[in-house]
Amino acid sequence: MTHATLSPQRSSLRGATLPKWFAWAVAAGSVVAGLGISAAAGLHSDIQWALIAALLFVFGSYGISAKVEGRRQARDRTATSLVWVAFILAVIPLASLVWETLKRGVKVLDGYFLTHSMGVVADTEPGGGIYHAILGTLQQVGLATLISVPVGVLTAIYLVEYGRGRLAKAVTFFVDVMTGIPSIVAGLFILSLWILILDMGYSGFAGAMALSILMIPVVVRSTEEMLKLVPNELREASLALGVPKWRTILKVVLPTSIGGITTGIMLAIARITGETAPVLLLVWGTNFINSNPFSDPQASLPMYIYLQYANSGGYGAAYDRAWAAALTLIAFIMILNLVARGIARWKAPKTGR
Amino acid sequence: MAKRIDVSGLNAYYGSFLAIEDISMTVEPRSVTAFIGPSGCGKSTFLRTLNRMHEVTPGGRVEGKVLLDDENLYGSGIDPVAVRREVGMVFQRPNPFPTMSVYDNVAAGLRLNGKYKKSELDDIVEKSLKGANLWNEVKDRLNKPGSGLSGGQQQRLCIARAIAVEPNVLLMDEPCSALDPISTLAIEDLIGELKERFTIVIVTHNMQQAARVSDRTAFFNLAAVGQPGKLIEIDDTERIFSNPSVQATEDYISGRFG
Amino acid sequence: MDIKTHQPTVPPTPAAPAPAAPRDKRAARGATRPGDRIFLGLSRGSGIFVLALMAAIAVFLTYRASIALSENEANFFTSFEWNPSGVPPKFGVAVLAFGTVVSSIIAMAIAVPIAVGIALFITHYAPRRLGGPIAYVIDLLAAVPSIVYGLWGALVLVPHLEGLYGWLDDYLGWTGVFEWNDGAPRSLFTVGILLAIMILPIITNVSREVFRQVPRMHEEAALALGATRWEVIRMSVLPFGRSGVISASMLGLGRALGETMAVAMVLSSSFDINASLLDTGGGTFAQNIASKFNEATVTGRDALIASGLVLFVITLLVNGAARMIIARRKEYSGANA
Repeated sequence: MTHATLSPQRSSLRGATLPKWFAWAVAAGSVVAGLGISAAAGLHSDIQWALIAALLFVFGSYGISAKVEGRRQARDRTATSLVWVAFILAVIPLASLVWETLKRGVKVLDGYFLTHSMGVVADTEPGGGIYHAILGTLQQVGLATLISVPVGVLTAIYLVEYGRGRLAKAVTFFVDVMTGIPSIVAGLFILSLWILILDMGYSGFAGAMALSILMIPVVVRSTEEMLKLVPNELREASLALGVPKWRTILKVVLPTSIGGITTGIMLAIARITGETAPVLLLVWGTNFINSNPFSDPQASLPMYIYLQYANSGGYGAAYDRAWAAALTLIAFIMILNLVARGIARWKAPKTGR
Repeated sequence: MAKRIDVSGLNAYYGSFLAIEDISMTVEPRSVTAFIGPSGCGKSTFLRTLNRMHEVTPGGRVEGKVLLDDENLYGSGIDPVAVRREVGMVFQRPNPFPTMSVYDNVAAGLRLNGKYKKSELDDIVEKSLKGANLWNEVKDRLNKPGSGLSGGQQQRLCIARAIAVEPNVLLMDEPCSALDPISTLAIEDLIGELKERFTIVIVTHNMQQAARVSDRTAFFNLAAVGQPGKLIEIDDTERIFSNPSVQATEDYISGRFG
Repeated sequence: MDIKTHQPTVPPTPAAPAPAAPRDKRAARGATRPGDRIFLGLSRGSGIFVLALMAAIAVFLTYRASIALSENEANFFTSFEWNPSGVPPKFGVAVLAFGTVVSSIIAMAIAVPIAVGIALFITHYAPRRLGGPIAYVIDLLAAVPSIVYGLWGALVLVPHLEGLYGWLDDYLGWTGVFEWNDGAPRSLFTVGILLAIMILPIITNVSREVFRQVPRMHEEAALALGATRWEVIRMSVLPFGRSGVISASMLGLGRALGETMAVAMVLSSSFDINASLLDTGGGTFAQNIASKFNEATVTGRDALIASGLVLFVITLLVNGAARMIIARRKEYSGANA
């Protein structure tokens, strides 16, 4: 009975416990102390007092709890406070990102802004709009989608419905590899092939090709997942009726999973819409409306943001336009995301949680 | 070390759903008490109220009193963590920590509760594994992952883990339902030995098992699906299986429903 | 209600009359129909197209890079110079490699612990009603494009960092690493912070998904031994989720390594390496390509392509390492869960 010695210590189930409001009290105290110290020392940055408060909170609650409740409870509390601090630390910049974009974006965002280009406006002057950029983005993303969806969906069908053996394994592996390609590298590839070797000019189409390199693996992955969810019984039932395999895939498998596939494609579109780097290398950018994606430089929303920022010369007018374009871009991507998730939820099998 | 459990007027809820209603009973120390009854009658829920595990289920809530030798587990100022330390539990499916070795699994509870010397720890691990009738099978592979053992061995490993911290009470929630007959027999033998040291409460679906291992048997039932489960009667096992005082018990035991 | 009464009433499985064997035969026979042949050809063709595309990426990048390298008069890996249009052309990626690695390390050091914290917050600490919506919002934030992070970083984050920089300089300046000479806070350190904020949502999402899948019974095993919430997490949640967190981090690292626009907008770059992280200067592979592209000559572009090839290889290695870690971990931690 080596450990019988322990028993006297735990004769009671009651430990000294700090009240529920303890954590809140320490948090409030830390914030006040953080502000106080900052004011006294003449620190100006929000980041500083927040960090002081966070440290005070974590160490303060550990110290008090260790005294009153014991080491184990104190460690538990420290973990809890660290997790909360992590959460708050992360929320501040992310909330600030959304808030600043909204606040600064609505300044010049109106009907005029959406329907005019920068054709007659210098970057440093107020006025102008993003019509040319929206047009370019829609065309480039549309073309990329037209390339990626057939290739991606068919590849996924091959992997799920036909794929066995070495070719399927190689495809799976390289789709994985493709997922990790940095967007700038995809841009460089099209640059070297299309522009440097084939000597074609900058155009929306060149950008669309680079975007489709980024989009294809996403489409393959999500479609694959969805096709795998189709129960085998369904395929067997159709095949057993003498329906050829290709018709089974077209009439049974794809319709069953079409909701999920659509969701995946929309999320992929949302992802490439914000890509800037390849567009910067391949589409070049312009202040004028160019509705032909197959020749001459075009604009695009993300690139517009970058160029307004880079060419602003420190003038507020360009920054305002950059924020407004950012807000438009985020709104577009968020709508795509929300609709895609809506479809996923609406089409989801009813057995879900 | 074994302690008596006194339950009075206990209700347990899942959200607003009343799962078990107004249960009162006494569990004697150093004895085996079996809970039997049809599925959904709340016997497992009741078991989990005895070490405050019910409240970790989302929406789980308990009213009433559970006295462990005169101390109310649901009294104010009681630390549920300390309660679970005193009232050990073995689950339906064996659940050794998959990333820990056999040795570390047994020592897991001890390491939470303080510092031990290596030699002390070795002693307790050996004693606990012997107590769970597992020592001879695993003494050469103490550093292998616990998940590599067979199902029956894993369950005995979980029992060793539970008794290593020397709890006062050992709760077992259908400990044999995932095991084959031979492993089941091994566990049943083990229960017979463990009751010398612990108060044991076992939930079982298998009436023969209840008859074989327990001293007292409690029968739970529910009026209909959606109704709360209730304690119908608790008596010496022999009485319950030969001459129960309530008709429903007899119907259930003779297989007329359930 | 009892299991006993259930067993006899279980109907024979409907799938039973269609075992696997006939299906394969049918599939094999089906492949000879013209419709099947065309469809198989199309889908297999797409698969082959993907392979060809990957091969083409490797081949053309290498080809253009080799043109540049053959003209390079400096050591490509160790030179601190970037002057590909000079006579003779001289360029090397040492500065870029340093900047890329340093900024990614800073980003990971900040983002991984915080992301794990948020993931735990959502799955184990937040009130149930709060956890779901928070997870949803963070999911959406992962879709915010990097250009917006860049704009925010340059116009909002940078001005806010001066205080922190001064502080680091005051208290840690003696280390040399955190010495600050009062330039704009547009250094590799700022880049690291911004990258951390950018990869936070993705690491959080994947980790949260893994933590959510920890079998309930493993957590209950720890609880029943009298573990506090933190001890439950340490004993069952973290070991189970470790490989998931690693793969999530690698995913984040891949993004951080290849991030272009946000870095280009925040970093005040120059082609040198500073001992202090807080001083401006340095660069990353991706940022350098975006910043130098506009005024690059033909050799300049090929040189940029060569540096892009290095970035490509690095991301391939990181992704490969991640996959190997996951594969090796799987047998152990997945266990019989």
